[in-house]
Amino acid sequence: MTITARFRIKRKNFVLDVDLNLPGKGITAVFGPSGCGKTTLLRAIAGLEKCRHGFLRVGDMQWQDGKHFVPVHQRSLGYVFQEASLFAHLNVRRNLEYGVKRVPVSQRKVSMDRAIALLGIEPLLERRTNQLSGGEKQRVAIARALAVSPRILLMDEPLSALDLTRKQEIMPYLESLHDELDIPVIYVSHSLDEVVRLADHLVLLEEGKLKAAGPIGEMLSRLDLPLAHSDDAGVIIQGIVAGHDDDFDLTYLDFPSGRFSVARKALSVGHAVRLKVAARDVSLTLEYQSNTSILNIFPATIEEIIPDGGAQVMVRLIAGEIVMLSRITRKSATLLDLKLGKKVYAQVKSVVLLT
Amino acid sequence: MGTMVLSESDLIALVITLKLAGITTLILLLLGTPIAWWMARTRWRFKFMLEAVIALPLVLPPTVLGFYLLVALGPHGPLGGLMDWLGVQRLAFTFTGLVIGSVFYSMPFVIQPLQNAFTAIGNRPLEVAATLGASPLDRFFTVAVPLARSGFLTATVLGFAHTVGEFGVVLMIGGNIPGETQVLSIAIYDHVEALEYGSAHWLSGGLLVLSFLMLMSVYLLNRRFSVVQS
Repeated sequence: MTITARFRIKRKNFVLDVDLNLPGKGITAVFGPSGCGKTTLLRAIAGLEKCRHGFLRVGDMQWQDGKHFVPVHQRSLGYVFQEASLFAHLNVRRNLEYGVKRVPVSQRKVSMDRAIALLGIEPLLERRTNQLSGGEKQRVAIARALAVSPRILLMDEPLSALDLTRKQEIMPYLESLHDELDIPVIYVSHSLDEVVRLADHLVLLEEGKLKAAGPIGEMLSRLDLPLAHSDDAGVIIQGIVAGHDDDFDLTYLDFPSGRFSVARKALSVGHAVRLKVAARDVSLTLEYQSNTSILNIFPATIEEIIPDGGAQVMVRLIAGEIVMLSRITRKSATLLDLKLGKKVYAQVKSVVLLT
Repeated sequence: MGTMVLSESDLIALVITLKLAGITTLILLLLGTPIAWWMARTRWRFKFMLEAVIALPLVLPPTVLGFYLLVALGPHGPLGGLMDWLGVQRLAFTFTGLVIGSVFYSMPFVIQPLQNAFTAIGNRPLEVAATLGASPLDRFFTVAVPLARSGFLTATVLGFAHTVGEFGVVLMIGGNIPGETQVLSIAIYDHVEALEYGSAHWLSGGLLVLSFLMLMSVYLLNRRFSVVQS
């Protein structure tokens, strides 16, 4: 299953003009600065935004092709808006039932109970919507969207209206959706942190145009894209819990070309993990340093170096099968005489465990 | 104050008044709801002209409205002529004529609160309902109407109360036929003319209390709605 979308939508001060092929599974993040057309794209996919000569196919469902336009209420989709937008005249349970009642029984795959359990909103069911916190409201909104057994879930910055504490309250639920759902999710965001945690695939929009698209790991390490130049630039590495060291309270995480040692995590052996290695946490040496406090050192080859502001450079490294980024000063790069193809050692000061 | 309470003709005037106000309000809710809905959602650039027309009865002397309706409904008017040609009873000086006049006269009092309520809901709840599988008509009845209930309450009570208080339009196109088109406000006028201050007091006082009670209940209920919603 894939999603094919072609839209050209003119607005007062910008034009959305895209031709996309998105994967039919996992979470696809649509990322870009405010006003780049992310929300317009998502609304067009939902059918909330009409454009005359669009084309949209989700798996085997033709939702738009020239004059053929399936209205929103006949599309099997879940939509989570930036604000929870719960119906004020209904309590939480009736909000959930509103969508479920309108789905033919034969098409109900996700039971309402499962949606309730996934988002942990059982205790809220009989409450009025004005008795919920911002985070609780958004969890109800996500459950309401899931309960209609949609073929695709569309989320428009569901966390952006929440403060940090509320975001952290919802994040685990979103991460669990990733493992529990077998439908594609399109997730609009302008937060790199959310994207890095959740997405499998990334679509980068800039001024209404497609800048680049691809698997998240590849996209984050591409030096020609702005992602590798943000403050928290870095790469994502898929790993697996290999074991624990009881003496030093460490956990070993194996990835295709090596092993990370990190402070002990309460995870069972064999558990799949998603790691982030930030570019600022990777330093480079020419020889293997044995007299260092850093545990995670990997041989690597320099593949690309580009300036990153006046004082710094961004170095793209290949370490076995994986790519890493390292942000170092231009002075260090000159002193070490770093060039393409040069062998170095990457010292990884810290690793962030995302899931 | 006189000892006499209400005469039989006063009671009949009361019944006619309530019947007129009830029928007028019902018609206005049925006609006004789609108009208000359309006005709240359209981006038609000449909408302001229609809004001005609907607001006209707020500022026009009721006699002006009544005069034009009389001309239109009378034997030489376009509508009256049409009625004659169709062989239907003429409308001037009948209860039906009164209803038509009242519908025009009370129109802004029903349409404006409804339009404001629909506008206040905004687009979002309707978009949410659409993504949850509700068709346009379904969205209207299950989302727009319940969310606009305070607007419906205001529209109903204002429409009713304003029709009860009608005078000029009724006088112009209804005449003052006891048992047919004589309403309370005109009965009061007649009593005062005949120096029957006792009866005038009873009717006026009754109307005052009735109007006050109706408006009070609107404000009370609307406060409860807004407390529940916020």
